[in-house]
Amino acid sequence: MGSMHTVKSFDEDLRQLRSYISQMGGLAEAQIMGAIEALSGRDPEMARTIVERDRAIDDLEVEAERHAIMTIARRQPLADDLREVISALKIAALLERIADYAKNIAKRATVLSQTEPVQPMVIIPEMGRTVTHMLKDVLDAYGSRDADKARAVWERDKNVDDFYNSLFRSLLTYMMENPQKITPSTHVMFIAKNLERIGDHATNIAEIIYFNVTGNYMETDRPKSDETAYTIVGKTAE
Amino acid sequence: MYVTNETPMTTSSNSAIKMTARDVNVYYGEKHALKGVSIDVRADEVTAFIGPSGCGKSTFLRCLNRMNDTVAAARVTGDIQLDGENIYDRKMDVVQLRARVGMVFQKPNPFPKSIYENIAYGPRIHGLAKSKADLDEIVATSLRKAGLWDEVKDRLNDSGTALSGGQQQRLCIARAIAVNPEVILMDEPCSALDPIATAKIEELIEDLRGRYAIVIVTHNMQQAARVSQKTAFFHLGDLVEYGPTSEIFTNPKKDKTKDYITGRYG
Repeated sequence: MGSMHTVKSFDEDLRQLRSYISQMGGLAEAQIMGAIEALSGRDPEMARTIVERDRAIDDLEVEAERHAIMTIARRQPLADDLREVISALKIAALLERIADYAKNIAKRATVLSQTEPVQPMVIIPEMGRTVTHMLKDVLDAYGSRDADKARAVWERDKNVDDFYNSLFRSLLTYMMENPQKITPSTHVMFIAKNLERIGDHATNIAEIIYFNVTGNYMETDRPKSDETAYTIVGKTAE
Repeated sequence: MYVTNETPMTTSSNSAIKMTARDVNVYYGEKHALKGVSIDVRADEVTAFIGPSGCGKSTFLRCLNRMNDTVAAARVTGDIQLDGENIYDRKMDVVQLRARVGMVFQKPNPFPKSIYENIAYGPRIHGLAKSKADLDEIVATSLRKAGLWDEVKDRLNDSGTALSGGQQQRLCIARAIAVNPEVILMDEPCSALDPIATAKIEELIEDLRGRYAIVIVTHNMQQAARVSQKTAFFHLGDLVEYGPTSEIFTNPKKDKTKDYITGRYG
């Protein structure tokens, strides 16, 4: 959005809306990193902080939504302005969900800090970093209205799926070999699933940004490689 | 220039085209007010013309039933057809044309006569009624179509000018309908009305769509977005963009259109 509106306060409304999204994004990013840190540091105190901090993002989402509704009611935005407001609404919801996943990871970190380490978990921090980078880049793309950058993030979700596939398989094998570790292993499995979902949400945000900037929908055949829904280990020879 | 003579800005090329304009230019003396506009108006749609003051949208609207003939300094070139007939042809009966292409103006302008006479006048001079009963029927039907019947049926002999602004405007629409038009042109029909009266006119436009081709000039973009299926954006005498309303207001192709509808113009 290049030039300014004749009604200056309209610009201010849109700026405020973007500011909510940036704040939520920054917090969500920090929450994922914090949750992973609590997990790998086996730090229940930190995990508790992460869980408590989720509230701030929920509150921001409510504020952002309220502001978006007010902007629609008062300004009747059209064209790119309309896309801007609707995009902000949708992105706010996705960021709130992402933060929920981070909170869930932190909860599981509390449990895992009290149990024997699960070996396949070593891959989680790297997966967490990959997902956090995706989120960071997609938020940059939002800030700079960069459709190409959004698209690049969208294409990177395959990496997260690859992490998840490989972890899924190794956890299944690990559980068969160590039945006494099924409980912590299941928690790790859910953590991996949470990270995978965060990656999906980041790609959804990328699609929204693409639409916001260009007015066109990105073709939706994303390079996907989450095959775990069809995975069987130990039953058939592969 | 955005429009060439050969390629009219239109989004559909099928049969329901009611009016076509090709390379229409209007000059007011030295001033080139409308520059090579080509457009198709469909019979089953509401077409909205939007644009800042002086952009040529009303000028173009007034070409569609030769209202510009009444402006001494105005000169119109190009080709405008109604059902394939050139309306600027020497043989065209202008009075007949204006019955087929009716017009409603910004300020409601009922005749200073009774409500009944306001409607009956047109059908009578055009010989559309054989008897008093015929005429009564036309008056009632027209008022019903214009959504005014229930409000005025008990006082058809009251003066039309005694009605409220919104009622007067609906009376003018009923008057236009009474002579069986094919096209109704509306030049900012709501700009002198309050929001409730405006909503009633918009509801009426929605009601009339399909029976008449409707072309509306409006300064209210939300109104164009609400009532029309096609929108044309004019700027400094050029037709900048013409297309489905849903696209013009969500994803305009031209920057000028975008700046105008999002309130960044000027």
